[in-house]
Amino acid sequence: MIHKEEGNLPRYGMVIDLDKCTGCGACMVACQSENNVPFKENETNKLDSITWMRIFKVSNGEPFPGTEMVYLPRPCQHCEGQHPGHPPCTSVCPATATDYDHATGVVSQIYTRCFGCRYCMTACPYLVRYFNWWDPHFPADTEKYLSPDVSVRMRGVVEKCSFCFHRFQRAMDKAYYEGRKELEEMEYQTACTQACPAGAITFGDLNNPHHQVHKLKDSPRAFRLLEKLGTNPKVYYLSSKKWVRKACDNEMGKEHNKYRPKRK
Amino acid sequence: MSQADPNHKDHQPAADNRYAGLLPLTLFLACVAAYVSLLIGWELFPRLLYAKHEQPIDFNHALHVDQLGDCEGCHWFREDGGFSGIPGNFTCTECHMDAIGYDPEEIKFVEQYVYKDREVDWYVYSRQPDCVFFSHAAHVLGGEISCETCHGDHGYSEHLRPYYENRITGYSRDIWGEKISGIHQAPWEADAVAHTDEEEYEQPAPADFTMPSMKMDDCAACHYQMKGVKREGCFVCHK
Repeated sequence: MIHKEEGNLPRYGMVIDLDKCTGCGACMVACQSENNVPFKENETNKLDSITWMRIFKVSNGEPFPGTEMVYLPRPCQHCEGQHPGHPPCTSVCPATATDYDHATGVVSQIYTRCFGCRYCMTACPYLVRYFNWWDPHFPADTEKYLSPDVSVRMRGVVEKCSFCFHRFQRAMDKAYYEGRKELEEMEYQTACTQACPAGAITFGDLNNPHHQVHKLKDSPRAFRLLEKLGTNPKVYYLSSKKWVRKACDNEMGKEHNKYRPKRK
Repeated sequence: MSQADPNHKDHQPAADNRYAGLLPLTLFLACVAAYVSLLIGWELFPRLLYAKHEQPIDFNHALHVDQLGDCEGCHWFREDGGFSGIPGNFTCTECHMDAIGYDPEEIKFVEQYVYKDREVDWYVYSRQPDCVFFSHAAHVLGGEISCETCHGDHGYSEHLRPYYENRITGYSRDIWGEKISGIHQAPWEADAVAHTDEEEYEQPAPADFTMPSMKMDDCAACHYQMKGVKREGCFVCHK
């Protein structure tokens, strides 16, 4: 649970309380509309649907009386890597279309630079990266509701969650106007954070002791996904259930959930 | 066959002389070819590449700066840090509800646009592609960079210059820069040339001022120079 900190620069991160999450999907919808995430003409095959924020259903696999379920919202983990700025996905990119912003800790993706080799998708252990198999499709009038702050991606490029970086830039513009160079906690919040009706998602600067996430990440309930891989993600999860913490580090024995041995 | 060899040897020097006579001609032709190539590259190609458009109204920046004092009278910042950009009729009609002078361009503006409630379709010299994020607040307010650094002496011009549209990309010639070779003064050098006096922004830029181009390389070079950051996150300028 060591979060390696790089200087005193902001490190934007997220803490998601799985005890509070009801799996309603409001974060997914908010993300989709905020970031111009396109639909397919036929959305029946969910395997290639693009969802920057996706909710997974995790079960402890026990028979009826002991069955427990948890919903796991998964945005991009914005890994810092073992050395600051070395997430798994950026170093494999042959086009430098994705990189790590040292000023905020956000892993960026430049759609106009990406040529769609999908190495980054292979490198990412969290499956947060999505490939545009088709040109974006916005049915009927939905094109008029696109956000001008986020560019629309074309067929053949990879996209992923950006922690709503355009909101950071908008907030910075306001700060500059008011003669500041630093942001208040509530000035920069992602769309999913604001949309969550259960208040399960907290967003802020992990390095700033005045931000909620700074305290929450040190909670005894806190853990990160696949922490043993050493990706050093900036998305923390909170859960009071031990099996959830184990499942999220892939320690449930075999990787195939169906056939794994029972645990208490 | 034995006699043929000496004959053949006699012919050799004659052949050399024949080709030696062509040398000046070859050099001359090479010069002509080089000249023609350069002419095509430096004169004909830019003419073919760029389409010339005149602005709908010949706007006098110098007069307005003289009357209003600075750029922010018309190009202001909003309270949320956004930049108003090119003003619309809403701003212009604060003064020009009716023509207040006898300038034919002003009368044209009032009659064609104000009375008919139409916005002017200005050609924007600095329009960037849609994937570019540019914040005026970050540069002008945060970085304290003058308007002239990127927009040159535009604010002191009495006439709008023609807009050259790249026929291939559809963008303005100002993005690549005036010189077709792409070699330009760096923006911070240009700024130093433009404002060497004490009374910096009172003085128009000198005649030898060349406007910096607005390519990605120019942005990156300036960011490196000003911020000392070699590689910034792509999201800083892209969206």
